[in-house]
Amino acid sequence: MKGSEVRIEGIDKHFGDFHALKNVGVDIQKGEFFSLLGPSGCGKTTLLRIIAGFETPSAGIVYVDGRNILPLPPNRRQVNTIFQNYALFPHLTVFENVAFALRLKKYGKQEINSKVEEYLNLTKLTGQEYKKPAQLSGGQKQRVAIARALVNEPDVLLLDEPLSALDAKLRQHMLIELDMIHDKIGITFIYVTHDQQEALSVSDHIAVMNEGRIVQVGNPTEIYESPADIFVANFIGEANLFNGTVTAVEGEMVWVAVEPLGILKVTMEPGDLEGTRDFKPGRRVSITVRPEKINISLEKPADLPADAFNFFPCAVDEVIYNGFQSKFFVTIPDFARFTLKVFKQHMSYYSTGSEINWKDKAWIWWKADDAYLVEVHDA
Amino acid sequence: MKKSRFSRIVFFLTLIFLFMPLIVLVVYAFNESKNMSWTGFSLVWFQRLFTASRSIWRAFWNSILIALSSAATATAIGTLGAIGINWYSFKLKKYVQTISLLPLILPEIIIGVSMLIFFVGAGLHLGLLRIYIAHTTFNLPFVLLVLMSRLDEFDFSIIEAARDLGAREHQTLLKVIIPMAMPGIISAFLIAVTMSLEDFVITSFVSGPGSSTLPVHIYSMIRTGVSPVVNALSVVLLGGTAGLVFLMRPFFKYITHE
Ligand SMILES: Nc1ncnc2c1ncn2[C@@H]1O[C@H](COP(=O)(O)OP(=O)(O)OP(=O)(O)O)[C@@H](O)[C@H]1O
Ligand SMILES: [Mg+2]
Repeated sequence: MKGSEVRIEGIDKHFGDFHALKNVGVDIQKGEFFSLLGPSGCGKTTLLRIIAGFETPSAGIVYVDGRNILPLPPNRRQVNTIFQNYALFPHLTVFENVAFALRLKKYGKQEINSKVEEYLNLTKLTGQEYKKPAQLSGGQKQRVAIARALVNEPDVLLLDEPLSALDAKLRQHMLIELDMIHDKIGITFIYVTHDQQEALSVSDHIAVMNEGRIVQVGNPTEIYESPADIFVANFIGEANLFNGTVTAVEGEMVWVAVEPLGILKVTMEPGDLEGTRDFKPGRRVSITVRPEKINISLEKPADLPADAFNFFPCAVDEVIYNGFQSKFFVTIPDFARFTLKVFKQHMSYYSTGSEINWKDKAWIWWKADDAYLVEVHDA
Repeated sequence: MKKSRFSRIVFFLTLIFLFMPLIVLVVYAFNESKNMSWTGFSLVWFQRLFTASRSIWRAFWNSILIALSSAATATAIGTLGAIGINWYSFKLKKYVQTISLLPLILPEIIIGVSMLIFFVGAGLHLGLLRIYIAHTTFNLPFVLLVLMSRLDEFDFSIIEAARDLGAREHQTLLKVIIPMAMPGIISAFLIAVTMSLEDFVITSFVSGPGSSTLPVHIYSMIRTGVSPVVNALSVVLLGGTAGLVFLMRPFFKYITHE
């Protein structure tokens, strides 16, 4: 495995009175595609700039392969950055942009030519060598930035929202290409984004950040299915949240009283109720249920074991047809201030069951183990 | 219809008003007689200019020497200054920026007087050296202004990118910042040359005997009566200026750019 392992420990960063990073710590493994995900202003760029050496932390250490790199200036770190706005040298051709680092290292002419060609090839830029950055499209500029950073053969590549300036289609395409480049060269990627779809689709691990803190680190499934708190549940994908109080715990089953719906049943994974996630009766909790895990139909579902399912009658307020799925916005009687989202995939050509329309009365239900419990930190 | 004829008339009157003096000057440069009556076409004043006017040519070469050297110095200092002010943060940055641009709005006569007092106080007697220092000083703010607006167009992350790719600080300066700013540097240099060539007020304060520049020298010649040699010289300079403007054309967009 190529690349380096990056270990961030206790990083704090103050800008004057503003506390931009608060005790940030994370371990990034050799050669993985690691994403920093969070809303605008949460400190992602600041953390990346600390790793690159453009910003000095107020406290904490960054280790690359066990070595503290903070004393090194940016030019001596085996780390390269892809900037959000590309930051190509406007006075140099594509070839010279890519050759920049090699010329500084005083490589021979032959070597420069072959290396630059190799990386232009990797980024599909062959034929564009003699253009200036101003003559390139956004996607091409992005590729030059990638080639320019990779030709250096860094141990770690930092990417700061590299796709944000591209249109939606191209973004999809470049994301896949980035992933393929990552697979091919195998170095550590640290990828900053505020787009959860991007992060979920390519990352080995994701750190979700909020207001200068890392709130959860995990693989995409963990982040999506087991959000650490309400913020993560809401930020990643869509979620229905029910606030309530634990009334009883038995084995893996938790009963939660949600006013005025009544009791909801949640099944946790074995072992999930130990340690810090200790949901004793009386605890305030939030139940998250992903919209695609809720079923909807006009008829009351028959034969559902009452102890493994939650079901409610509802009114359909809004139907949005999306081609591959339909989104229903429904309210439960007596609970009308709270709109639930229900997504139904269109799995077969002919829809199963009768069609659900606006203003219909319907039934929703979900399995107790398709919900997830999140602790509420009382503010 | 009427309106367009009116505006055309105004246009021509304006042109005449602006250029008539120049036309008169050019015409009389080719007049045979020494005074203002036309007696016939002749190149005698040009001949006199090129063969029998050593002091004019000394002043001319002084002007060129001062212009090139002071412009080069001001451009070098101003470029580094603009880079520093634009891209590096330090204490008192705002004040440095304001003070460095102050001479732009200061009346020349005040600069001239203060320079004279300074040189006398410092015991500096060499005329040309004084002029060189004075011109460098008053050119500096213009160079700063042109370069700061040029550098403003570039993103600081380009410099970070260079550092990121392994460039040390001086390599970043030589390989990225200066080449990128080159059009601005050239136009600043040309502006400085022009300003230095045409300066009269400040130079007349600091120049000593035998060390005047062309504008100051011409002025002293004219005080003893207008010589058609000056007309001939003016025609030569006019041609030279026109040529320079033509050369500078590609850089105009950086000068006028805000
Ligand atoms: N040089 C600075 N001086 C003062 N405040 C700063 C500075 N750099 C960043 N900040 C502040 O730190 C916070 C985090 O900024 P940062 O750029 O890291 O956010 P981000 O997560 O990258 O956001 P985005 O997704 O919008 O790029 C912001 O509130 C920002 O205003
Ligand atoms: Mg950012």
